[in-house]
Amino acid sequence: MRTILFIIQKEFLQIFRNKQMLPIIFVMPIIQLFVLVHAANFEIRSIRLDVNDMDRSQASQLLQQKLVAGDLFRIVNTSATAMEGRRSLAEAHADVALVIPHNFERELREGKNPVVQVSVDALNGFAAGVSQSYIAALVQEFNAEYLAAIAAAPRGGGQAAAIDLSSSFWYNRTMEYDIFMAPGILVVLITMIGLFLAGMNIVKEKESGTIEQLNVTPINRVQFIAGKLLPFWLLALGELSFGMVFVKLVFDVPFLGSIALVFAAAAIYLVVILSLGLLISTVTETQQQAMFIAWFIMVIFILMSGMFTPIESMPDWAQSISRGNPVAYLIEIIRRVLLKGAAAGDIAQQLWVLSGMAGGVLLLAGLRQRKSTA
Amino acid sequence: MQSTVVRIEHLVKRFGDVQALDDCNAEVLQGEIFGFIGPDGAGKTTLFRILTTLLTPDEGRAEVLGLDVVDDYRRIRPQLGYMPGRFSLYHDLSVEENLTFFAGIFDADVQQNYELIRDLYEQLAPFKDRRAGKLSGGMKQKLALCCALIHKPQLLVLDEPTTGVDAVSRREFWDMLGRLREHGISIVVSTPYMDEARRCDRIALIQDGRILSTDSPQALSRSYRRPLLSVRVKQSFAALRALREFKHAHSVYSFGDALHYSDARTTLTGKDISELRDYLSGRSIEVEELHPIEPTIEDSFMELSTERNDG
Repeated sequence: MRTILFIIQKEFLQIFRNKQMLPIIFVMPIIQLFVLVHAANFEIRSIRLDVNDMDRSQASQLLQQKLVAGDLFRIVNTSATAMEGRRSLAEAHADVALVIPHNFERELREGKNPVVQVSVDALNGFAAGVSQSYIAALVQEFNAEYLAAIAAAPRGGGQAAAIDLSSSFWYNRTMEYDIFMAPGILVVLITMIGLFLAGMNIVKEKESGTIEQLNVTPINRVQFIAGKLLPFWLLALGELSFGMVFVKLVFDVPFLGSIALVFAAAAIYLVVILSLGLLISTVTETQQQAMFIAWFIMVIFILMSGMFTPIESMPDWAQSISRGNPVAYLIEIIRRVLLKGAAAGDIAQQLWVLSGMAGGVLLLAGLRQRKSTA
Repeated sequence: MQSTVVRIEHLVKRFGDVQALDDCNAEVLQGEIFGFIGPDGAGKTTLFRILTTLLTPDEGRAEVLGLDVVDDYRRIRPQLGYMPGRFSLYHDLSVEENLTFFAGIFDADVQQNYELIRDLYEQLAPFKDRRAGKLSGGMKQKLALCCALIHKPQLLVLDEPTTGVDAVSRREFWDMLGRLREHGISIVVSTPYMDEARRCDRIALIQDGRILSTDSPQALSRSYRRPLLSVRVKQSFAALRALREFKHAHSVYSFGDALHYSDARTTLTGKDISELRDYLSGRSIEVEELHPIEPTIEDSFMELSTERNDG
């Protein structure tokens, strides 16, 4: 036990002496939380609209007013021809080109279905999808209101069956992306500390030859692994506390569930990540190799974590891979505990999976460690 | 009768096609300084890594302090002090922190073993807060030795401790080893420098993974039986060729600024030496000095390594 303490003391001395690393460890979370939470924002506002109104009727005016009523759309150009609208899109002056046909109002009143053409610049597929669905929703809304207005008019008219779609986002009522993103960024943060710093630290001992010196000492494998991983485990949990305070103060992320539960889950999760870092260090000889592998794993983990794109919308094979992704589990746990107030019983399955992974990877890394130093 | 601290029997180690150690046998006695002398790539480091339980041999066995290096490595490690050829302490920790750390993991008390490292540590003390990476070569080496000694090991294994160290520091270092021997610590040391061999109690000459001969430095020098001449000339290269073509020549090697010529005959008379001088003059080589010398360990080493290559 004393031996482990000596190793931990030495690691902390080295960590806090590293003048380049130290600021990164503490400034990184602030920058990541600030920049990423805002930059990784899928809210689409002020979509630029090009309108080609061939009808120039009261109804076509109403439709346009409906579209620009919120801050979603703004009309940047009114084209005389459909061609002109297309050009606006091609030259990227507008994001969406809308064509309102001749006789739009008349066909509407007669109960025929006038066709409104919507062309969307799909260079950014995600934004295009959102724009398109916004327009569809607004047009439908307009449709319903307009028909209702006709029906209510004294002259009478065709009975119109207005479909009213109404949706509401639960647990994040105003669909604020920072609240949704922040837990994910926290996970990325502690993953970086675990995977990069811990793995790199051991490879550095290999590079400098100090591992030889350690290997001829009576330090055994358990002491070595514990002494190497504990400092980064503590450091990452400290970083998580720091990040939690930060997201509460700056983004006012609701803490509905138990904070202790979040830390318990993170503590288990970190064993998975630190062991993975240790495993990487046993198969590499230089910090460069270790960095490369860690980065590769990190990218896969993040892209398949459900942080940016929901896991449910991935193809089946990708969903299967995600089931082996510890990042996905912790993000889900933190989101559910913080935003939904989930209790330990609700996330028991995720906790068990993480615990299983922790045991498995640690065992694997421990076995590899012996092989590489015997 | 002194007890044996290291026993190597038929040791073989291969790395792929490279035969790093080939049937090595040696014994190191309690309380002696034992040197492995040989050029770079002779297999010294591989041998030391086996002795320090970092590598396992392919064949044969090695015993350190009466324990097998493969089966009992856990019991060997606490009793061993190892100084690898490359400086392997923490550059970003200070002199004192390095020492405290190594004492800590060996569960040793710096105060208790201070006597052992006093001489060394007094020289390091003015720099105790300096980072190890910022020390001079000689100081680094002293710190490394301190860290290897702090747990009072029974056996000290030093892999080329004086490579890249200035002449004064080298001499100080060997003086220090002499004092450690008086504390009862056995020392196994390797070096590519033949002049350091004289400071060992016994040496083993090693080349291409084979131990050529093991004996005291004096005995090894004496084992060289041929008459030996030192020749100083202006045109070294021409003289080297000329001497090798001389009818009685056994071997000619360049040793620094002189050539060592050994004769195939058992003794040399004054007449024989004059004959050689005339032979060189006849080849228009200006002889500055030519006189008989006592053989050194290096002469023995060259002789042994050629014998082996020829045989």
